[in-house]
Amino acid sequence: MKIYVWRCLSLAIGLVAFGAVVVYAAEVEKYFDRHGTLIVQEKVEKYKRRADEGTTYPVPPPPFSEDIFPCSDCHADMEPNPQRRELVDMHEDIVLNHAEGQRWCLDCHNLDDRDTLRLISGEVIPFTESYRLCGQCHGDKLRDWKVGVHGKRTGFWNGEKQYLLCAHCHNPHSPSFKPLQPMPAPVRPENLDRQGSQAAPTHN
Amino acid sequence: MCNESSHDKHAFRKSRRKVLKGLAAGIGALALPATNASASVWEAFFQKNFRELNKTELNQVLARLEGEYSKEYGKQVTVKATLPIEGVKYGYGLDLSRCIGCRRCVYGCVEENNQSREPEIQWIRVMQLDKEKGVDLSHAEHYYNPPEVPQEGKFYMPVQCQQCENPPCTKVCPVQATWKENDGIVVVDYNWCIGCRYCMAACPYSARHFNWAKGKLPKEEMNPDTHYLGNRPRPVGVVEKCTFCIQRTREQPGRYPACAEVCPVGARKFGNMLDPKSEIRYLIENKRVFIFKEDLNTQPKFFYFYAT
Ligand code: HEC
Ligand code: HEC
Ligand code: HEC
Ligand code: HEC
Repeated sequence: MKIYVWRCLSLAIGLVAFGAVVVYAAEVEKYFDRHGTLIVQEKVEKYKRRADEGTTYPVPPPPFSEDIFPCSDCHADMEPNPQRRELVDMHEDIVLNHAEGQRWCLDCHNLDDRDTLRLISGEVIPFTESYRLCGQCHGDKLRDWKVGVHGKRTGFWNGEKQYLLCAHCHNPHSPSFKPLQPMPAPVRPENLDRQGSQAAPTHN
Repeated sequence: MCNESSHDKHAFRKSRRKVLKGLAAGIGALALPATNASASVWEAFFQKNFRELNKTELNQVLARLEGEYSKEYGKQVTVKATLPIEGVKYGYGLDLSRCIGCRRCVYGCVEENNQSREPEIQWIRVMQLDKEKGVDLSHAEHYYNPPEVPQEGKFYMPVQCQQCENPPCTKVCPVQATWKENDGIVVVDYNWCIGCRYCMAACPYSARHFNWAKGKLPKEEMNPDTHYLGNRPRPVGVVEKCTFCIQRTREQPGRYPACAEVCPVGARKFGNMLDPKSEIRYLIENKRVFIFKEDLNTQPKFFYFYAT
């Protein structure tokens, strides 16, 4: 049953241009090869807040919980503590369940400026570009995300689009997608009141 | 690409009349409007096939329908007849490695497309299947209802109109009330459909649905942005189906279909197959793709794929 559709497709619609997407992908692909290995090291550069923050890919606001951002509201006056430890005074609800053996908060968060993230290369990025952080280890997903195949773009199919951040669907600290309650099942044919005149159909 | 609107136009009226005559002979009575019916009912009865209408006639029909619906639903209803966009052939992708079977798409579609709430009509059906058995429909469960999805060992396969390039449904219509448009969308003229349901029998995907009764559609839930060939309220006794949200996707800029917009896992992809930069082309060229019931040679433009 799992038949690949090349033949049928090209027959029906006359598509050819196989190379095009590869070229296109190569155009937007700046940091990773197709196996997700980092191939271009970026210059280490302190992130400066710009008016056009996060323009690389238009995204909706990051899904912070209320009153947590800017982090500097608290952290500006705090002594940064790079020590790996159990947090007790704050963020004790954050439980790392994401390759946690090898990881600590500051692999992702920027010790010197908590309002930003920090890549392995040392480059500092805003939260609106957190997909680049994830892409360091999930290069295949980032590549699909950029073309709208992993994750989701909203807006217009033939116009402006927004990209949901990885963090809109995955909690960075515990990223497996959380199960959902399904919406009601359809009415079984034997219970379907075709005239629609009687009492509510039973869902089961 | 075949341009079906270039068919002999007179064929429509003639053949429909013949069928109606045949019906009358068979059952002894022709369902004519009652003698006290309003002018607009008579107008609707004598309306030509959609593809036969000239511009003035079309505008009259749209205005008549807008008037009727606006009155019935107590709000300003628009009925568009937006034409296909030049150079566009729509394609749809559904990522089976992401879908979790939550049915958000089913209800997103019902709301956008003014489906009858009672009796219940849903254009999207989600099947729960066993990972071990793969796409084997003898194990399909349509009525699953656990507290949470996805369930261990299961995967989910939503099915809706596959917008076939070679649609079996349109060929069996005795009055040509259903056809494939140049952008690939298979449509129904609800004012022309005689409700014989041959198309439903011909569709291998059970994607067509019949209006047994005047459907219940609460006024406040009625979506007033409609298309003649899409989500406008349907009369009793006609067949309806998914149109890739023709009322959204034919606009410039055009929104994504409602089912794609509501999908919480991003499993639904949509775009122009003739555009090499579109997400639909990317996934067709780079992912493991299959089409449903390929052996029937219906050539769907709905592609199931595995992104992982
Ligand atoms: C894998 C990288 C990564 C690691 C490791 C990580 N974080 Fe985060 N964290 C993120 C990203 C990305 C966000 C942004 C989420 C968003 O856009 O809303 C975030 C968000 C947060 C927030 C805001 C959460 C909210 O409720 O909105 C806090 C607080 C935080 N992290 C603290 C921590 C602490 C404390 C640790 C260590 C225990 C940690 N993070 C480890 C990547 C990481
Ligand atoms: C309400 C005040 C408050 C806000 C807002 C806040 N933090 Fe913290 N954060 C703290 C406190 C207090 C600690 C120290 C907790 C401890 O040592 O037990 C801490 C510790 C941390 C640590 C561990 C390293 C360190 O320096 O101690 C990280 C990482 C961190 N916060 C990230 C964030 C991020 C990212 C945000 C914004 C998204 C944020 N915090 C917002 C109060 C805050
Ligand atoms: C330093 C490397 C690294 C970074 C950065 C990273 N991840 Fe991961 N991620 C991993 C590894 C390793 C695993 C597999 C181990 C695991 O599941 O804990 C993983 C697993 C995952 C999974 C699968 C989890 C599951 O249980 O199915 C998701 C989803 C994920 N990461 C999302 C993200 C997102 C979103 C970000 C950015 C906020 C991110 N990752 C950043 C290394 C990373
Ligand atoms: C629209 C929601 C959405 C967005 C946005 C999204 N993902 Fe996912 N992702 C999913 C779903 C759903 C799964 C499947 C999870 C499952 O089966 O439990 C998944 C799975 C994954 C996995 C696990 C491996 C796999 O293929 O199942 C990784 C890693 C991952 N995503 C990384 C990312 C990264 C990195 C980004 C951003 C560049 C991202 N995701 C954006 C919804 C999303």
